[in-house]
Amino acid sequence: MPDTKTLEPKAPALIRAWDWITETQIWTSIFRHTAPINDRNRVLVMLSNVFLHMHPVRLRKSGVRLRYTWCMGGISFFLFLVLTFTGLLLMFYYRPTLEYAYSDIVGLREHVPLGIMREMHRWGAHAMVITVWLHMFRVFMTGSYKPPREFNWNVGVIMLVLTLLLSFTGYLLPWDQLAIWAITVGSNMARATPFLGHEGPGASMMALGDVQLVHIADDARFALLGGTIVGEGALLRFYVLHCVGLPLVIGFLMAIHFWRVRKDGGISGPL
Amino acid sequence: MADETTTPPAPDAPSPKPAPAVKAVSKPAAAAAKAASGNDAKLAGRTTTAAARPKKSTAPDDTSPLMGRRSWMGLAWGAFTAASAGCLAATGRFMFPNVLNEPPQQIVVGFPDEYGDGVDERFKDQNGIWVVRTENDYAHETSGFYALFSVCTHLGCTPNWLSAENKFKCPCHGSGFRPTGINFEGPAPRPLERTRIVLAEDGQILVDKSRKFQEELGGWVDPESFLPI
Repeated sequence: MPDTKTLEPKAPALIRAWDWITETQIWTSIFRHTAPINDRNRVLVMLSNVFLHMHPVRLRKSGVRLRYTWCMGGISFFLFLVLTFTGLLLMFYYRPTLEYAYSDIVGLREHVPLGIMREMHRWGAHAMVITVWLHMFRVFMTGSYKPPREFNWNVGVIMLVLTLLLSFTGYLLPWDQLAIWAITVGSNMARATPFLGHEGPGASMMALGDVQLVHIADDARFALLGGTIVGEGALLRFYVLHCVGLPLVIGFLMAIHFWRVRKDGGISGPL
Repeated sequence: MADETTTPPAPDAPSPKPAPAVKAVSKPAAAAAKAASGNDAKLAGRTTTAAARPKKSTAPDDTSPLMGRRSWMGLAWGAFTAASAGCLAATGRFMFPNVLNEPPQQIVVGFPDEYGDGVDERFKDQNGIWVVRTENDYAHETSGFYALFSVCTHLGCTPNWLSAENKFKCPCHGSGFRPTGINFEGPAPRPLERTRIVLAEDGQILVDKSRKFQEELGGWVDPESFLPI
């Protein structure tokens, strides 16, 4: 063996170093397959990588036609990632208490480098509400809600509601006059919840003898606000819902949504 | 880049341009030939059509007066990488605020004649120090002021001043310190630390927490660790 090797010309040092690196166990455990230069390897690479396997190995030509898809689902997901990232950074500075909430928001603009971080979160949120609606509009106009995609349409409708709820809960967090009164007005709608809101239809029927079971301190609105007014409890509840609760649910549904897009025949094509 | 910007003005010397164009065409053609002989016929069909098209369409692109397709891609990826690196750096900078809402490091604690002998606890909660007036200091052997950090030298709890027993006592593991700051019981391995203490221009005592003096390092003999009165 050694004799035959000495006859061959030695590869340059960089090439040998590269060869050595790509043969280590660490390298081969991360990059399981060689470059996707043929169909078989393309499939292998796509299917064994958690990030790539979300993409189809092949897709219809219409799937990348911007005039057909508007890329609105993709943009909505991208905005969700932007909002998750900027929101995470905002959480390093924001404290959801009556004492600090407003001044922390002001501080995020005045005291922190890159004062646009909060603006990116805000504008990103506005944009996401718009793109989600446009995505829904496109899906409707192309008839992509029809079987076998009707399940995914419903998942999408739930995610639309969650997007709006994320927007609504985030609205309170700056804790300025606009936020407090917007949430006051918005949550007043919950007073009229049938049976569960104390001013709603049927609420007076929810009684045991003379004892009213649904009143202002235990109805649906109270559950939402953690109090009878928009106060400290509401701020904390909205904060937890905004940062943890709703993103968890919508993230779960997104996984299902993308999975079903693939399973129901990929991005829908022109009829 | 440099080559491409210099070549267009010389229309009589087209030799460096067409050469890569020919290469670019020949490569996919070779790949197509390989794929056609290979096992997946589906892809091979596509590749051949894709390879056939460039013969007409890529040639004008590659002779663009500004730059070739390949260098444009290089520029685009370079710009994208630079922008991403910039965003990452800015995000890192975001973690270091320009304003801190912390108690100041330098505290004015009043005039010397406002103090009687002994330990003053007024600044412990807010600033984490005790101001002590003594008749005869442990290190300087004269009367005056020193300030002690209210941080136990064992594991960093905040000791209590027990005036009846004339000692600092840490509630966590029972370390005890004399009014001078010297440790004498419990697990604390060294005396409490002293801060810089000087007279401000208006005659008030100024405690500067940004400098600390440790007895075991010989810091307590430093003139700024003690304010003789």
